[in-house]
Amino acid sequence: MHELGVVFHIIRSLEKVAKENNVSKINSVTLQLGEVSTVIPSYLSSCWKWAAAKNELLKRAELIIEKIDAVTRCDSCGAEYSTVEHGKLCPECGSQETWLLQGMEFLIKEIEAE
Amino acid sequence: MGDIKVIEIKKSVYADNDERADLLRRELKEKGIFLMNLMSSPGSGKTSTLKQIIAAMKDKYQIGIMEADIDSDVDAVAIAETGVKAIQLHTGGMCHLDADMTRQGLEALEVDGIELAILENVGNLVCPAEFDTGAAKNVMILSVPEGHDKPLKYPLMFSICDVVLINKIDVIEHFDFDLQQCRQNILMRNKDAVIIPISAKTGEGIEEFTEWLSQEIENMR
Repeated sequence: MHELGVVFHIIRSLEKVAKENNVSKINSVTLQLGEVSTVIPSYLSSCWKWAAAKNELLKRAELIIEKIDAVTRCDSCGAEYSTVEHGKLCPECGSQETWLLQGMEFLIKEIEAE
Repeated sequence: MGDIKVIEIKKSVYADNDERADLLRRELKEKGIFLMNLMSSPGSGKTSTLKQIIAAMKDKYQIGIMEADIDSDVDAVAIAETGVKAIQLHTGGMCHLDADMTRQGLEALEVDGIELAILENVGNLVCPAEFDTGAAKNVMILSVPEGHDKPLKYPLMFSICDVVLINKIDVIEHFDFDLQQCRQNILMRNKDAVIIPISAKTGEGIEEFTEWLSQEIENMR
């Protein structure tokens, strides 16, 4: 929902990393994106293309997005299940005492740079 | 062609903003300025609620208001009528404010002398929840016509708020809004949330909230 704003945050972080590592050109950027992180990969890629093209450091950088599956854990019965498929209610025992184990991540994993 | 190297970063996209927000929070605390971030969906009554809060607190504290919107200055004009200092922040199409934009807003508000600064965030239950503004406390409004299921649909927003105000409580009998269920839905996401039913129209519940807010301001000092 706010992919463009997020892209600007990523670019700012990368500029900092580039400076710290004496890098003048970034070839690729790998992100890790949780399935329920509210960021839509296709929108993110479109915004990236638009914003990176205007940036000397990033204008040829490819964006690689690795998906992290959303998994919820049930405290009542200990089950771990797909959040997207079943949501808040545990499919094993019907409990609401569940919490998100993973799937909210939004990380800059690594860059390939020259 | 130089050497190609892989640099591992492993850092959240939000980490930079979180650091800037923490820095702003510390600076504001040193200056004795209490910043409250007010969030909700569009039309839940943020501006009307703010006017009630201002009326109840302006004799006690020096108040400044920042109105964030994608466009227009209708909210800032409405707030300026209450006699407190108000500025309009245009987000330029952005759906939220981040820590840097909040800092710029505070500078424009000329914060020296202001004891309570309130940021009226962009009307949206998704994006503002992900960007820490540097506020001391987060408050959100859920209004009765929106329905008691919203804490289930927008879990992050409800989980980061210190207070949830349930507005338009004066018209609850006209809606299928289950207050008990709503409380339960909020507490399931955030067991520490303070939940206060209010009406920005009749003034119901406003005193309970302003007492909480005054207490928090005193606690920060």
